[in-house]
Amino acid sequence: MERYPSYDVIIIGGGPAGIAAAIRSKELGMKSILIESREILGGVPLQCIHPGFGIHYFKEDLTGTEFISKLLKKMEDINVSYLTRAHVHSIEVRSHNEKVINVITSEGVKRLETKTLIYAAGARERHIFETNIVGDRPDGIYTAGEAQTLMDIYGIMPGKQVVIVGSGDVGLIMARRFALEGAKVVAVIEMMPYPGGLLRNVVQCLYDYDIPLYLSHVIKRVSGRRRVEKVTVSRVDESLRPIKGTEFELRCDTLILATGLIPNIDILERIGVIIDPATRGPVVNEFLETTVPGVFVAGNALIINDSVDNVVNQGELAAEGAHIFIQNDGMPSTGWRPVKKGRNIRSAVPHYISGMRDVTFYARVRAPERMVEVRVPEVDFKRRLHSVRPAEMITFKLPKELLASLKDPKVTLEVVRLCRK
Amino acid sequence: MRLRVAIIGSGIIGSCIARVLSMYENFSVTLIEREFDVGWGSSKANSSVIHPGHEEDPERHPLRAKLCKEGNILWRTWAKELDIPVKWPGELMLFFREEEGRARKYIDLAKRNGIPSVKIVPREELLKMEPILNPDVEGAVYAPTTGVIDPFEAVIAVVENAVDNSVKLLTETEVRAIKIAGGEVKGVLTNNGFIDADIIINAAGIHSDEVSHMAGVEPNFKIRPRRGEYILFDEDVEIKPTRVLHTTPTEKTKGVYGLTTIHGNLMIGPTAEDLPPDFKERTSTTNEGLEYLWDKALALFKELPPRSKVIRSFAGLRAEPPDGRWLIRAYMDPWGFINVAGIRSPGFTAAPAIAHYVLNLIRTEYDVKLIKKDRWNPYRRGIVRLADKSLHQIDSLIRKNPDYGEIICYCKLVSKAEILEAIERMRKIGIKTITLDGIKYRTRAGFGRCQGAFCRWKIALLVSQYTQTPLHKVVIKKSPYGIGDVKVLLREG
Repeated sequence: MERYPSYDVIIIGGGPAGIAAAIRSKELGMKSILIESREILGGVPLQCIHPGFGIHYFKEDLTGTEFISKLLKKMEDINVSYLTRAHVHSIEVRSHNEKVINVITSEGVKRLETKTLIYAAGARERHIFETNIVGDRPDGIYTAGEAQTLMDIYGIMPGKQVVIVGSGDVGLIMARRFALEGAKVVAVIEMMPYPGGLLRNVVQCLYDYDIPLYLSHVIKRVSGRRRVEKVTVSRVDESLRPIKGTEFELRCDTLILATGLIPNIDILERIGVIIDPATRGPVVNEFLETTVPGVFVAGNALIINDSVDNVVNQGELAAEGAHIFIQNDGMPSTGWRPVKKGRNIRSAVPHYISGMRDVTFYARVRAPERMVEVRVPEVDFKRRLHSVRPAEMITFKLPKELLASLKDPKVTLEVVRLCRK
Repeated sequence: MRLRVAIIGSGIIGSCIARVLSMYENFSVTLIEREFDVGWGSSKANSSVIHPGHEEDPERHPLRAKLCKEGNILWRTWAKELDIPVKWPGELMLFFREEEGRARKYIDLAKRNGIPSVKIVPREELLKMEPILNPDVEGAVYAPTTGVIDPFEAVIAVVENAVDNSVKLLTETEVRAIKIAGGEVKGVLTNNGFIDADIIINAAGIHSDEVSHMAGVEPNFKIRPRRGEYILFDEDVEIKPTRVLHTTPTEKTKGVYGLTTIHGNLMIGPTAEDLPPDFKERTSTTNEGLEYLWDKALALFKELPPRSKVIRSFAGLRAEPPDGRWLIRAYMDPWGFINVAGIRSPGFTAAPAIAHYVLNLIRTEYDVKLIKKDRWNPYRRGIVRLADKSLHQIDSLIRKNPDYGEIICYCKLVSKAEILEAIERMRKIGIKTITLDGIKYRTRAGFGRCQGAFCRWKIALLVSQYTQTPLHKVVIKKSPYGIGDVKVLLREG
């Protein structure tokens, strides 16, 4: 096995978070390398031929593919080193500033030593056995990402009569994608009483194409001998339980699962990183450092984001964290203050802050509300929002000047309703 | 002259019979399978347990009792010769206070069947053996000879070895009729033409009643499909028993197992639900079935992993014969027809013993003087798996073949080299359509927690490339991956 000189930082995952982290690491003068398992850098946005990428980062509305091209150009300009077709087999933690990354490549196993690590390997899609759908297990069931890969990377049409499960942005965009290629999109099925994606996407992807959206409905059963033939749909009550007698069938040959993403962090769990059950990603401090010193995480491996701009910011922040870690031989802190989830906050990162620096919070609410304020009462922070929805991440920054007044050993994020109706 | 033998069905029963017959000069064997691949019926969706034989009543089911016991012993040799993943953890049939009497019955059955070392383990000892058990348990019947096998690989391994010893496999071949003339079988008519045969062995599993009726025998023999549902958990859950756990069977049910599969997943199942006779394809899962399993599993364990750790649920159909009685018989009219029908549990366990039993039937009933082949190869090696190797071993594998360095399935660590080897092996045994499911069962790619969301398209690309098939025509399980190129619907209107 080949051994390599030690790195300051190794970045695992060549999607937007990893690329951004690699660029920032290089700018900060760290000896770094980016590791990607596929044959090309770019990650999931490569297969996203719809716009909505880079409005903040590049100040332009780009497709995913265009966004990645521009990001890669930036990366090449400053000569970031990277490995593709390289699979991280395991991580060995030797000490707080010594880690070994074992990487499988077609030249052999490489053992890469590093002081810090930024993990940005994205998320995986929830599959059918993680839903409550029972019945047959015929062909014709695809995750949204798989269908998107087939259509937009390899030019293959999965089927012609499509039912989509999940009305998050991914589900909505795939509904339009199928409709654009002449498929009959029979329905989009959403368990919650409200759509999971942006309102803009509901209009542009469903209403414009006359695609029915069934809110408060679930698919109970899939039937089909060889390929999907039909699905049985049922209404659900307020506690999301199917209501007897409301079942009906929809004929289709294709079922697309857009039922959400789960951070892809198995390898971090194996080195003892503590996981937050709410985000299903690691518990992190304000530099996105996990509970294993010198191991940082960014992008969808940290928390499922809905904008690539946030992902890129997290990658850059993790790189800055790694830089500070190396300069100080560990993360300097006078004590970490926990971030508590208050009213109507389902998930939030970071989990700990120092109170010494600016902090960007990423949070999601439990339930949709209108006319609210996001508050951090300990520092008297308030921001008025017209509406909040679980589908839309709340992002805001607490400047260090404001945090300087913090006396409390904790901070609380909460959403407060301003008036009724 | 060699006897031409046609075996209908390449499940575990037909495949084991093929292997045993391949040891002799007397036979020229054709194994006929209607699916794309071998072992796609009951053989692939079962408990994966190699039973000791202490549950069989020797009076009611003497054949089951005898062949189960023999099969348990034979699998130990077969698994070694054929490189089939197997382990022998033993089994604990748990009982609660009111169940003790029923459980003790198995001690008696074990004695009568000659199953060694079956004994009662009291509560304290039991909780030491398996600390994750439900603490309310009273005791258990311990049967140390229970095994756990990889059922997919078992069938594949047996067929690979049989083909290596001159058995011919015909997949995608469905039997339509059996030709009989002058009181003797003459052959089978299939969708792929007529196959001459002097002996026809019916190992058609859930469809074995239909095949028997084609030969005009056992008109009252009717198989009932009995559905068994299962839940499979991720490898990383903490509740994983060392031994096979089993609830005490009742009058109505055979009990539910909680076990760690050969690949390290916690598995709960099966249910036992009798379906109408014509529901022979109904391998659907149900809410009721899965809830029943949760309920039963709660009796086995002190706690269960969260539901979010379930990575798969599935169901299989067992071929339930009248009175649970296996029908293994060689007929004089028509001469040459042999039923190996209605082989319900413990059929997988007994399969190698059933094969020898059938050989003996041929020898005695049809008066065949068996001649062993001089050159019969008992061995078969499995696919080399990166997941079983150390980093140093992986490194040297890659240096010999760089395809080992290209990882296709992240969850189960499966490389391109393994996928290509699976394709190669499928072709070698005569499989015409390379399916993604066939590759999954051979390599385990797609068996992990993402269930193929990351790797299915990559495997499809490899199949497309190495079999010169357009990507959309690559078959997943039973139908193509896509319907055409992405503009096909717009073009065709």
